[in-house]
Amino acid sequence: MGRFILRRLLVAIPTLIAISFVMYAILALAPIDPLAQFALDPRVPPEVRENVRRSLGLDQPWPIRYAKWLTSLAQGNFGISFMTRSSVSDLIWQRLPNTLAVVGVAYLVGVLIGLPAGILSAIRRNTVVDRVISLSAYAGFSVPTFFTGILLIIIFSIKLRWFTFIYDSRLEVTDLQTLWLQIRQSIMPITVLALFDAAVLTRYVRASMLENLPLDYVRTAHAKGLRERFVVLRHVLRNSLIPVVTLIALGVPAVFGGAIVTEQIFRVPGIGELLVTSIGTGDTPVVAAVVIIFAVLVVGFNLIADVLYAVLDPRIKYT
Amino acid sequence: MDQAVSHYRRALAIMGAALLLVAACGQQAGTTPTATASVAATATASVAPTAARGTGGNLTILYWQAPTILNPHQAGGTKDNDASRLIIEPLASWGPDGKPLANGLAAEIPTTQNGGVSSDLKTVTWKLRPNLKWSDGSAFSADDVVFSWQYRCDKGTAATTAIYCEDIASVTAKDPNTVVVTFKAPTANYWGEFGVGPSEGVLQKAQFANCVGAAAKDCPANQKPIGTGPYKLASFKAGDVVTYDVNPNYRDPNKPFFKTVTIKGGGDAEGAARAACQTGEADYSWNLQVPLAVLQPMISAADSKCQFAATYNALERITVNFANPDPALGDKRSEPDQKHPFLGDINVRRALAMSANRAAVAEQLYGKPGGEPYCNVIVFPRSKSTDSLDVCKYDPAAAEKVLQDNGWVKGSDGIRAKGGVKLVINYQTSTNAVRQKTQEILKADWEKIGFKVNITNSSATTFFTNTAPDGYAKFYADLEEFASSQDPDPTGFLQQYICDERNAKANNWNKNNVGRFCDPAYDTLVNQLKSETDPAKRDALAIQANDYLVKNVVVISLVNRTAPTPNGYSKALKGVQGSPFESSLYDIANWTK
Repeated sequence: MGRFILRRLLVAIPTLIAISFVMYAILALAPIDPLAQFALDPRVPPEVRENVRRSLGLDQPWPIRYAKWLTSLAQGNFGISFMTRSSVSDLIWQRLPNTLAVVGVAYLVGVLIGLPAGILSAIRRNTVVDRVISLSAYAGFSVPTFFTGILLIIIFSIKLRWFTFIYDSRLEVTDLQTLWLQIRQSIMPITVLALFDAAVLTRYVRASMLENLPLDYVRTAHAKGLRERFVVLRHVLRNSLIPVVTLIALGVPAVFGGAIVTEQIFRVPGIGELLVTSIGTGDTPVVAAVVIIFAVLVVGFNLIADVLYAVLDPRIKYT
Repeated sequence: MDQAVSHYRRALAIMGAALLLVAACGQQAGTTPTATASVAATATASVAPTAARGTGGNLTILYWQAPTILNPHQAGGTKDNDASRLIIEPLASWGPDGKPLANGLAAEIPTTQNGGVSSDLKTVTWKLRPNLKWSDGSAFSADDVVFSWQYRCDKGTAATTAIYCEDIASVTAKDPNTVVVTFKAPTANYWGEFGVGPSEGVLQKAQFANCVGAAAKDCPANQKPIGTGPYKLASFKAGDVVTYDVNPNYRDPNKPFFKTVTIKGGGDAEGAARAACQTGEADYSWNLQVPLAVLQPMISAADSKCQFAATYNALERITVNFANPDPALGDKRSEPDQKHPFLGDINVRRALAMSANRAAVAEQLYGKPGGEPYCNVIVFPRSKSTDSLDVCKYDPAAAEKVLQDNGWVKGSDGIRAKGGVKLVINYQTSTNAVRQKTQEILKADWEKIGFKVNITNSSATTFFTNTAPDGYAKFYADLEEFASSQDPDPTGFLQQYICDERNAKANNWNKNNVGRFCDPAYDTLVNQLKSETDPAKRDALAIQANDYLVKNVVVISLVNRTAPTPNGYSKALKGVQGSPFESSLYDIANWTK
């Protein structure tokens, strides 16, 4: 196992370098300009814009820019953002708590709803319970989050005036009252994202459970006189969870990547929102940093998923 | 089995109960906003007349583009300029009438009458207000003004405000309250070139002394400047939110009214409009350029909470390409020496202008909060003589006659042609719901009289570059639409149509004359304007140049848009007096509720 992990980690390095190269090339070749905002501003003539571009190092050919960027990245330095003129890592650290508080919690809630709903749906298949859960799940992942997001805003913020739809990132949860304020400002984005995550997971768990339920070992367990709850939880669920674990593990990087559309709609200043605005303003150091972190997480959680396989399924052995 | 199921059922029941609880709490809280709103309303009535400093609670401002830096000289866009304006002030601001307003650091506006401006228009003496203090309590002096000029004009600083630096010979502090500016040549735009407007913010020398040149780039002070403005910085999360407290050392003891200000960034324009007009979560929402069909119901609803300022100075216009954008030309495409096959013909251009329904565009797409139909090129001073011109009136029949009479006749495909040249037009702009609808209206107008119009759009981030082939600067199309604002002095704007300013490969498409128009007669007019110093004669020359551009259809003006941006703000907010040449927040010290 140790050797397997080591080998995988070594393979990850060239993979990540290749990813970074492709990403940087795309960013450099795309005709986006951090000074496009000023293109027609009479107070910012072309030669002034050219001078600013030079000061940002944009006059150098992109392979040189890439080499410089990669060297400083190897030293753990993400560089300076064009727009804020401050360290990119500071920006990301500032955004991470908001993303975790909304997208992370939503993912957790999604799993907490999706797992039991999927199990229930499977053991009561073809009953009313199953139909209701399945229908909700279909609805959940068929309706895009930008639609449910705006729908919730119009119903709960504008018509009913229950919740605010402007997220205040300065809020610190210290007591019950601030906790309530936090729930009030994040419940809509959390609901939107959690419903989607839960819907996907429910269908997955249900299918996986249904594969295992008619198998011989389940019948044997019943024949031995084991209690239903024990059979389902200990035997069927454990075996059904193997593919589900992959799904959950591979979903975790997406949490860090933020929920681009939902964060935008609810003005949650998370990583996804940072990525989108940075692409829009041509702030390449920020875009590059977010993408590379995301790539590292994807590679890492793929490895974790593989290791978890071995833990859950003794038949799988890595050498 | 039953037992197991009941277990799950219990779990579900608990979850359900939790959800109900949350919903119930939500309802309880739902009463709070209305309660606070009514309290605020009653408070307004009693407080407003005696507006004392810091008695107004919090002012919430929404910017759907979030501020990322608070040094106006390193701004990455309007958002940064605006967010820094609460802290950093210029010597004076441009008032709504295009004249300087002494609401800044200067005690008065220098003029030739009060002796502040020398008779040769080369020396300007700015008198500063006495006993000014920075928000940290230290004394403000003329040295800070001199320093700020040196800072932004240092090439290494790479300031986005480094304009007119070459025109100024020196800026010196005669005494702590007097700054003397010496221009290299007689300068009629002496206010605009030094001291007045959003580019002229004064930084604290003590704070920025080590941030000149290359050190300016990642200077920590960019994120927390000390200023003289009505507010001082409380906290700043770049790209997210800025909060401000009253500056205890602000010069006017009765201002500002609000104790704290929050500028929340991010989201979209439509959401920002909802927050200002429907929920009232924001007191002020910046740049609500939302399709009128969405915005109008929000404004005209009985319980609408918002109002709009009506100051116009952003000319939405169509630029005509005088060079040939034919892809077959390869490298020579749209180069100034390649004549356009049919747009060089004044009759074709006149027909385009006469059949463009400006009123429809302005009324259906912009409405009152967005702009007014406009035919002139410059906004100040405004030419009156163009109103009666045929190119400013919508008359498709007359347009058709112009084409017919000049040999452009319809072929079997309905497209007019002459000598084998067909009137097929590529019309490009940036991606933006309002602009795409404008394209559709004009396409229909022009196709009715025998043009064939292909419309394209590309994202603003690529359109407004000089590198993208579908960008405005390379202009590989026949017509293109965009907007820009103007300074109170029209010289700079008029200068963009002279021969030397033509965009070309040789200058890396980095000039301002994107239409590649060139006429020595027009150049002569602009040169006269540049050397004229008498204000009345300057106005006359500017109007003459404007009329020239309109008559010759060098550009087709469509709408004079709301400037600086269509900002929606609470009906309860008082004292907001927008200026089309200024930052949206330039007069925030006067706002009350």
